[in-house]
Amino acid sequence: MARGERIQIAHPGWCKNCGICVSVCPTDILITGKKSVEILDLEKCIGCHNCELICPDFVLKVVANDEN
Amino acid sequence: MDFEKYLRMDKLPHIWCPGCGHGTILNSFIRAFAESDFDQDKTVVISGIGCSGRATGYLNFDTLHTTHGRAIAFATGVKMANPELNVIVMTGDGDGSAIGGNHLIHAARRNIDLTVILFNNQIYGMTGGQFSPMTPTGDLASTAPYGNIDQNFNLAELVAGAGGTFIARGATFDPRQLKKLYLAALKHKGFSFVESLSQCPVSYGRQNKAGDAVEMLKKQEEDTINFKKWQQLSTEEKKLKYPLGILKELDNPESEYTVRYQKIIEQVNNEGAL
Repeated sequence: MARGERIQIAHPGWCKNCGICVSVCPTDILITGKKSVEILDLEKCIGCHNCELICPDFVLKVVANDEN
Repeated sequence: MDFEKYLRMDKLPHIWCPGCGHGTILNSFIRAFAESDFDQDKTVVISGIGCSGRATGYLNFDTLHTTHGRAIAFATGVKMANPELNVIVMTGDGDGSAIGGNHLIHAARRNIDLTVILFNNQIYGMTGGQFSPMTPTGDLASTAPYGNIDQNFNLAELVAGAGGTFIARGATFDPRQLKKLYLAALKHKGFSFVESLSQCPVSYGRQNKAGDAVEMLKKQEEDTINFKKWQQLSTEEKKLKYPLGILKELDNPESEYTVRYQKIIEQVNNEGAL
């Protein structure tokens, strides 16, 4: 886990709203939205990679802060 | 991580159901592959039929989508013809343990250098939830509406008994461990087998009232235990948990099948045929 990294919804069109990422987020910043996952508060993201690693649909990606 | 270069972007999103663990397995495999020093152009990924069979369609490698149960047979051919290739097999619990069960046994017996990733969702998902050899005793399936009467099948133990030299089990609730196991399996010279427990919230989950993917992952975590901790349990307790981690590892590259085959070729070339 590198500093200055946060989550990005890289491929929102691939999301199937299964909610797995929401359940593994330690800071509870993800919610299942109408069509795909949504970020509630990006500032609280600690870049732990939990959601990115478990996402079955390659939707999420942890990127450097300046890319977000 | 830039996983895009390992995926056929035009084929995504994949057809697996919402919450299916197969995507997590594919995700972990890509990360393991990226960490290995393998050449993407010298790697072949081969699958059979079933939900797991779709995996090769999404991977940007040289891939083969073969007939039911025969992924390991095709993989054996590829490896024998061109031993410098890294050959990976993606198969399901039905494809690998029932229809292709014999291929699995004999590839393990030969200790041929294949990496077999078995997606174990404990059901025939694509065809409507019939029980597979990996469906636990008592569970419901469309062909077992009053409960499955088959005995539980420890496939990892079978492959170890047949002579596989790297046997591991991982689960989708812990993708970090899954990635480590795939990486170790890829690097292993000889037959490596990683049983990957995967949740099927649709074909298995609905029939067994197992809840959604999140609940199934929670249950998976409760039902599994680290292999070292599992070894310290009593015989009765051991039956209640699936051990996770590397279950067997024998480092003996000389016993690998293509190595032995090459030796015979050299021997005959030097000494002439009998």
